[in-house]
Amino acid sequence: MQINVTVNGTQQSADVEPRQLLVHFLRETLGLTGTHIGCDTSNCGACTVLVDGAPVKSCTMFAVQTDGSEVTTVEGLVAGGQLHPIQAAFKEEHGLQCGFCTPGMMLVGSALLERNPEPTDDEVRWAISGNICRCTGYMNIVKAIQAAGRQMKEDAEKAGEPAAVGG
Amino acid sequence: MLPARFEYHRPSTLEEALGLLDRLGDDAKILAGGMSLIPLMKLRFATPGHLIDINHLSGLATMSESDGMLRIGSLVRNDALEESELMKARYPAIAAAAPLISDPIVRTRGTMGGSLAHADPAGDWASVMLAVGAQVVVRDSSGEKIVPVDDLLLDTFTTTLEPNQILTEIRVPAAEAHSGGTYLKLERKVGDFATVGVAVQVWMGNGHIARTGIALTSVGRRNIRATAAEEFLAGEEPTDKAFGEAAELAAAAARPVSDHRGSADYKRHVVEVFVRRGLAHAVELARAD
Repeated sequence: MQINVTVNGTQQSADVEPRQLLVHFLRETLGLTGTHIGCDTSNCGACTVLVDGAPVKSCTMFAVQTDGSEVTTVEGLVAGGQLHPIQAAFKEEHGLQCGFCTPGMMLVGSALLERNPEPTDDEVRWAISGNICRCTGYMNIVKAIQAAGRQMKEDAEKAGEPAAVGG
Repeated sequence: MLPARFEYHRPSTLEEALGLLDRLGDDAKILAGGMSLIPLMKLRFATPGHLIDINHLSGLATMSESDGMLRIGSLVRNDALEESELMKARYPAIAAAAPLISDPIVRTRGTMGGSLAHADPAGDWASVMLAVGAQVVVRDSSGEKIVPVDDLLLDTFTTTLEPNQILTEIRVPAAEAHSGGTYLKLERKVGDFATVGVAVQVWMGNGHIARTGIALTSVGRRNIRATAAEEFLAGEEPTDKAFGEAAELAAAAARPVSDHRGSADYKRHVVEVFVRRGLAHAVELARAD
């Protein structure tokens, strides 16, 4: 069936089987391979994207469900050729090793910072508790998300506007 | 794994949804959060020929108190329940359980209504709703009826819902003074199903326990009400001894199965520990009320 989805700010129209998972639509139909498939059992969070601003496991949603919605993938974090503060922070704070969990971590982190720009360690750890990392032991992921929050706050104060993510 | 083929429907009104179910009900499933259904479809344990996506129906996602009850629309998302100031202030068993449902990403989609309709004995919400004495509103094209949650749940993944019915609302008796409740859950990691879960609600009167609701997750073919423990506690002084005796009765009511989450004996022991702790905490909240 025909669906119209806005992905990273761009309208996409496609004819999809109802049973096509959102993660396969993003990766295979749209070629956005930044969203990863880690477990196939809805546990690991590597497939996390934002649907209408909320973190969703794209392996546990059908593409047809996003007809009329806005989807943000990791590719949507870059704006005007510039890394999003959360991407810059993950780089600076060494918040990744193999990078497999990283897109999901960054999207969940950015969604957290929208609601809570200065999260405590516990608040970050709670927010990422649906994303598994096998490499880092999470410490630098927490630092990266907090550093991004501070940078976004600084940027917002300079610009005189609230910080925003995606699209 | 990939699901079997199905047709996807997105009704815009409840009437339209009910009409679709009248026609297709035997081979259709409601799609709400999808956090339980879609994993089953990916494993092909569920192969509905039709999915009725109800996420775009309006009026099913509100929470409010009126007419002596708390009304929770069946499409209220678990993260909304987690963040609800109303639950934190007046419905502590719900406030305790919400953050423990699965993980924060799944909570953006999963719903209490879907959890009750799905009737997984490892589902947390059914135990909480049993403990607080909730009912559900069931609609079909001929009208609506009110069903106590204890009557709704029949067996594993089995409720009294007919193929042409939608659960539209959960009704919890309005919070009373001198009452308190909580939910305890043992899980191997965040996002796992409960190894054991216990919901407790206590209503006090004149310094005694007037009545209680105690319900158990993951230790039976359906969520279990520990009625012998509840009956024992009626009128009792809220002492550690009473909590201990009630906990033993609740553990005896559990029907756990040995599996990769633990032996039956271990799970029964956890039930006992959690009922004791849950009662003590619920009484503390009730006294502070």
